[in-house]
Amino acid sequence: MISDFSWDNLQFLLEATRWTIGLSLIVFITGGIAGFAVALLRTARSPVLRCISALYIQLVQGTPVLIVLFLTYYGLALFGYKLSPIIAAGAAMTIFASAYLGEIWRGCIEGVQRQQWEASAALALNRYQQLRYVILPQALRHSLPPTVGFMVQIIKNTSITSIIGVVELTRAGQLVSNATFLPFIVFPVVALIYFAMCYPLSRYSHSLERKFHAHR
Amino acid sequence: MPIVEIDNISKSFGANHVLKGVSFAVERGQVIAVIGRSGSGKSTMLRCINGLETIDSGSIAVAGHTLTARQEHLLDLRKDVGMVFQSYNLFPHLTVEENVMLAPRIVKKVPDAQGRATALRVLKQVGLDHKREAYPEQLSGGQQQRVAIARSLAMEPQVMLFDEVTSALDPELTQEVLKVMEELAQAGMTMLLVTHEMEFARRMADVTVFMHQGLVWESGPSEAFFSNPQTPEARQFVGAGAIK
Repeated sequence: MISDFSWDNLQFLLEATRWTIGLSLIVFITGGIAGFAVALLRTARSPVLRCISALYIQLVQGTPVLIVLFLTYYGLALFGYKLSPIIAAGAAMTIFASAYLGEIWRGCIEGVQRQQWEASAALALNRYQQLRYVILPQALRHSLPPTVGFMVQIIKNTSITSIIGVVELTRAGQLVSNATFLPFIVFPVVALIYFAMCYPLSRYSHSLERKFHAHR
Repeated sequence: MPIVEIDNISKSFGANHVLKGVSFAVERGQVIAVIGRSGSGKSTMLRCINGLETIDSGSIAVAGHTLTARQEHLLDLRKDVGMVFQSYNLFPHLTVEENVMLAPRIVKKVPDAQGRATALRVLKQVGLDHKREAYPEQLSGGQQQRVAIARSLAMEPQVMLFDEVTSALDPELTQEVLKVMEELAQAGMTMLLVTHEMEFARRMADVTVFMHQGLVWESGPSEAFFSNPQTPEARQFVGAGAIK
């Protein structure tokens, strides 16, 4: 059954890449929403909320994504919640992304000068209005480069979902490698496909950084 | 009835007792200059008036709003009290016009057309109506400070607080900002200014308050205060200012 690396194999890899991209996009969105909530809690006035969100970040950042993945997939199954691999993968990656994005964005919110809070407070803006019209628009500028940079991490990290049977790019590479016995051809191709997705984002992140540095 | 009434306010930062029972009153239309050494508590006192700092005890009444250690109704009070800062603190992501229009639009729900008209009026008042489309970073320090004054005026405050607003400016830019403040005073605005500009205080302020060690050490009509300070500390401070 051993065969050469063929167009069919490449096509199989590219089809699996759709899952990598799809999962990444889902995690950008769900992780982004959850991460925004974490960042707001982290910068809340209530010490209790700040403490809870800090604990959450520490917990997630101190745990391998793989363990979070096992917990959502195998762990929840023990309690009768049998998630499909793709849902479990999405959930685990969302938790992972929310903690990191939350921490990145907390830094951006706190990076806005204290005087901006004071000036807007003196103009009788309430806390929501201060965030919405004065603080977040400025934090957003600073957040773009590290956020885009983190997206690269997400794309690469979707590879761990291969462990629970999501046939994304890495898993597809294993399958093709097993069928062809050509790991030194198959995995470089896989790596190249990852690179083709990540490199443009990295470049974009760098160019954003330059742009914002030039501006202020 | 005074428009600002500060009654025996105290404030500590940790072990540092910054205000030790400060009291004084401001009548409507008056200009009050607050002077004193760095660390005398004058800026902290000013920041207490609109609740940027909480007070530990005492009370502050401004334009019918009462402020205690509990800080209720703070937003209502701030609608009537404008503040201008030493470091301008314009919003860098907004144009001059947007800076001025922001608070009226979202706090007072002023319609856009009316907000724009107000912005034009107050920017004319500070001589910067031609800079409406500029961003703060494109303006000089003096221009930024005049926009900050306009931004505050757009809320139509009953009292304005000025916290060392010319300290970051060179002499020429200082003059253009002082000129705007002088016009405001002549137009009848109630103003409280913490300042190091002795000449300006002497000429423009109805009353000068000299703060020392967290207390109102001496106060009185400006001309009398400057020509004949009663306490040795005030005499030394004013004398040192005159030599400079």
